[in-house]
Amino acid sequence: MCLAVPAQLIECRGTNATADLHGNRVQISTLLLPNCKQGDWVLLHAGFAIQSLDEREAQETWAVVNDLRNAGAEP
Amino acid sequence: MIDFYDTKTSSVNQAAGQRISLAHGGGGQLTDELVASCVLPRLDNCVLSQLLDSAVFRGAERLALTIDSYVVKPLKFPGGDIGRLAICGTVNDLAVCGATPLAIALSLILTEGLERRVLEEVMDSLAAAALEARVSIVTGDTKVVGRGQGDGIYITTAGVGAAGNHKLHPDEVRPGDTLIVSGPIADHGMAVMLAREMPQVQSVLKSDVAPLNEMIERLLDRVPGVVFLRDPTRGGLSGVVADLANRTGLHITLEEQEIPIRPETWHAADMLGVDPLDVANEGKVLAVVRPDAAEAALAALRQDAHGKDARIIGQVNDERDGVCELHTKMGGRRVLQKPYGEQLPRIC
Amino acid sequence: MNVASAFETSRAAEEPLRRLRDAAATLGRPAKFMEVCGTHTMSAFRSGLHSLIPDNVTLLSGPGCPVCVTSQGDIDQLIELARRPGITLCTYGDMLRVMGSDGSLEQARTEGADVRVVYSSLDAVELAAADRGREVVFAAVGFETTTPASAAAVEQARQLGLENFSILASHKLIIPAMRALLESGDVRVDGFICPGHVAVIIGAAAFEPIVREYHKPCVIAGFEGPQIAAVLARLTELVSQGRAALENLYSQAVTEEGNLAAQTISDRVFTPADWHWRGLGLLKGSGLTLRPEYARYDARARFSLGTPQGREIPGCRCGEVITGRVTPIECKLFGAACTPVRALGPCMVSSEGTCQAWFKYKRLNKTGKARSVARD
Repeated sequence: MCLAVPAQLIECRGTNATADLHGNRVQISTLLLPNCKQGDWVLLHAGFAIQSLDEREAQETWAVVNDLRNAGAEP
Repeated sequence: MIDFYDTKTSSVNQAAGQRISLAHGGGGQLTDELVASCVLPRLDNCVLSQLLDSAVFRGAERLALTIDSYVVKPLKFPGGDIGRLAICGTVNDLAVCGATPLAIALSLILTEGLERRVLEEVMDSLAAAALEARVSIVTGDTKVVGRGQGDGIYITTAGVGAAGNHKLHPDEVRPGDTLIVSGPIADHGMAVMLAREMPQVQSVLKSDVAPLNEMIERLLDRVPGVVFLRDPTRGGLSGVVADLANRTGLHITLEEQEIPIRPETWHAADMLGVDPLDVANEGKVLAVVRPDAAEAALAALRQDAHGKDARIIGQVNDERDGVCELHTKMGGRRVLQKPYGEQLPRIC
Repeated sequence: MNVASAFETSRAAEEPLRRLRDAAATLGRPAKFMEVCGTHTMSAFRSGLHSLIPDNVTLLSGPGCPVCVTSQGDIDQLIELARRPGITLCTYGDMLRVMGSDGSLEQARTEGADVRVVYSSLDAVELAAADRGREVVFAAVGFETTTPASAAAVEQARQLGLENFSILASHKLIIPAMRALLESGDVRVDGFICPGHVAVIIGAAAFEPIVREYHKPCVIAGFEGPQIAAVLARLTELVSQGRAALENLYSQAVTEEGNLAAQTISDRVFTPADWHWRGLGLLKGSGLTLRPEYARYDARARFSLGTPQGREIPGCRCGEVITGRVTPIECKLFGAACTPVRALGPCMVSSEGTCQAWFKYKRLNKTGKARSVARD
């Protein structure tokens, strides 16, 4: 129920935005994060951006995650 | 008589309009017309075109027979459609038993109101898959059910193949054997699930649906130490491996960090709260091979476009407890079980 | 995202696990920590963390699965609404298979009820906007992470002037639940692993009262295995030092004050109310109702649903399981009448439920020996 994933905002239009999750593009709402802008990294939960993430921290935190997850990806 | 036929012919032409009607399944002229226009031009071969009640053709001394029904929703998804699925699924079921696919019987159940164009596109896809798999559809049947029944198209394919000489069976599996998967998992199930549950997502995800008979033939020809093959469709990788552990009574260990998965597939699974290990694949094979045959098996698989990312993912252990265990990336352990089913309905 | 990172595969977990082992050895005596988030329950099991924790450290699952803590009465109301002709019920996926007194939403769907799974609460509003003749009800379930989404949906419905949209609210608040657990005296807990994504919304500081009033260390955690391991290590260290402190190990996403915009939207639309929790009874100020100015979006009022009633399932000990009072195997139904295939209680149905997690993942003990399915 607390599933939230990091994603980058590709495009912002008013209270809506397009987020990129490693190639998957989702339409989400920015109603809960009114100051976010294109290019920002955010935490997504149930179709809403709920927190902005520092890009470097996001990459490190989730790079570890990605490292854990993707050590098994294409050789 | 001629007048009657003329009248019939013109109503055939009318009815042969944009949508499938109940009459198309009646076995009468409209059915003939549907078969003649939609099916035959795409699948034509000398056996099918006889259009007799049964197909009669040369077989083999020992046969393999399989049947599967396809009820996937939506009918089309990134990377494929129900037509492609219907051929590849059945061809792969034959191939993993070491059989060479010979012929397929095709059953279509259509819903009244289905757009003809959709049927034609599915048939195009089905025909292309059959060509790729080098298998012929030799007989078939078409029925139509009323509006609101079915979901457009259900397909059932029965496949017959020439059984090979390879002994591929759970009984052959021994402690020390190596488990290999032919490539990244969960692409099919996630592509279908995304298309269905979140159609607003534009994804790079594509189903991996593909015929694997050529790849498997090469593997079996070159590598004598292959003892068991399975395609991890519904139930995913965890389903087939847990099954194998259960059937053999042996302990099987998988290494989580070795299991290949594309980042976009993982993210899609994350979004929808499913475990990729439980998700269907339609273009992958799990192979169990003798340890000294593992490298040769990898090389044989990697020669094929559908196996270029093949990896060793685990092994069979000594203990006799029928348990499948995952060594997690964190260095921990947990049990891997066959999933309970309903997570991803209508996935194939 | 840079896939080829500098870390070795399991290196991220090595240090936290070493620190945990060291801290546990220093502590000597047993310590019990509770996580109060269903996603933590699931993550801890899936990553194999349970097989790596030192023997004297126990990780308990608390009332953190919103599906699991939703009372039978609330669930029954949801299913009853779904069954009424002319109503389209929209829900997050995890509510679909929860059993009420008489079937589940999924069963209702196979019997013809219009039940739709949505990814976002706004999808339900969109549905209502697209077809003004259709009555759309959204099942608003979840903790504080999800409450703002429901609030945003209600506000959007108001902006669009929708007459055909309402929500069946059964949101829960985590701090009152933690208090209730500690007040009850039944559960001996040495510290809490605090839910990272709830904290994103309510802020780290929201957990201060627990630390201050009950002298229990609280550490806020992210959701990956190594992150949970790091939090367990920290908690063990704090207990070892006799310190009750609040620490935030998910500062990448959690700030002191949380997401103020989200809090504001929630506060505008909802107000705290006493609510009945499975296993905890009636907790003061632990749920949310719509404020009077939004009353027309309240499905309970709109469809004249009374106070939630509902029989508990005989023999079901979900309430005790989710409060850490018993482990799943102490419930006679576990693995026998109640399995993931035929689940009786929500703890077994929900993919974040403790019973399902135990059933699926916990069949190996620490020496790696498997035991029988039903009685672990």
